[in-house]
Amino acid sequence: MENRPLAVYGTTLASRLLVGTAQYSSPAVLAAAIKASGAEVVTVSLRREAGGNRAGESFWSLIRGLGVKVLPNTAGCCSVKEAVTTAQMAREVFATSWIKLEVIADDDLLQPDVFGLVEAAAILSRDGFQVFPYTSEDLVVAERLVGAGCEVLMPWAAPIGSARGLNNVFGLQALRKHFPAVPLIIDAGIGTPAHAAAAMELGYDGVLLNTAIAKAGDPVAMARAFALAIEAGRLAHCAEPIPPRDMAEPSTPQIGRAFVDLPRHA
Amino acid sequence: MLIQVNGKEREVAAPTLAALLDELGYEEAAVSTALNESFVRAVDRTATPLQSGDAVEILVPRQGG
Repeated sequence: MENRPLAVYGTTLASRLLVGTAQYSSPAVLAAAIKASGAEVVTVSLRREAGGNRAGESFWSLIRGLGVKVLPNTAGCCSVKEAVTTAQMAREVFATSWIKLEVIADDDLLQPDVFGLVEAAAILSRDGFQVFPYTSEDLVVAERLVGAGCEVLMPWAAPIGSARGLNNVFGLQALRKHFPAVPLIIDAGIGTPAHAAAAMELGYDGVLLNTAIAKAGDPVAMARAFALAIEAGRLAHCAEPIPPRDMAEPSTPQIGRAFVDLPRHA
Repeated sequence: MLIQVNGKEREVAAPTLAALLDELGYEEAAVSTALNESFVRAVDRTATPLQSGDAVEILVPRQGG
């Protein structure tokens, strides 16, 4: 199949890797990792200023200097009201209608509150936002999100920061098959480049991750590793992998094999 | 008057949200504001009066995942 570039809300992206900006050991490592990842989209947030050091200004200046698109999130919001207000605040500061919509239901698993998510997505879509919903792999919820105006879906692979990889391959496959034309980006739970490649081989359109790069021993090298894995996974998907078999199938031709049809000597 | 700024009680003199940002030294900073959990656009801050007991959020860009 043809390897077309990823397009979300009318914006074409050359890179299928989207990266978060949190948990890096320093701004310099963050900047180097983003460059090494080749990502064109990075996630950001809004928070209260801690102390009087104006860290927000220096962070925002750093991100603008990298020339990437920003995808603000509503991380930490636990209600529709909080998420909608945070999205409105983010749109003004970051000057984008893109919003990574998170409505969190549970502190242990940071599982999305899918009921609040659908409600908030509908409100924000009507208000002109282009919503990237952090959701589960639940097909019915995905239908509701699309109905609410979402043109991209971001199901989790596993709980945020868990590094467990694709927790429900069957569910993710079903989602992919059910929505062949909706961009699907894995968001959360990726631990290694192999996980990201597996998601891409399933036919996912992109991967968004943060912790797996930021907390790696060498974040810059890991960012590059993820970029390569995602490209490899995408190429593999487009190249149409062979299906698995239950039994062996020789790869070397059987015709012309030596020592066959000879009389057996004791 | 006593209000809450980012979850902490604070005695301020500013009569409006715009004046509060000036009073707190945010004149040129990229911030977004909410009053009593509702978004207030930058262009509306001057016309947004503050009252005792109000809760103001002043948010800035930060790292996010």
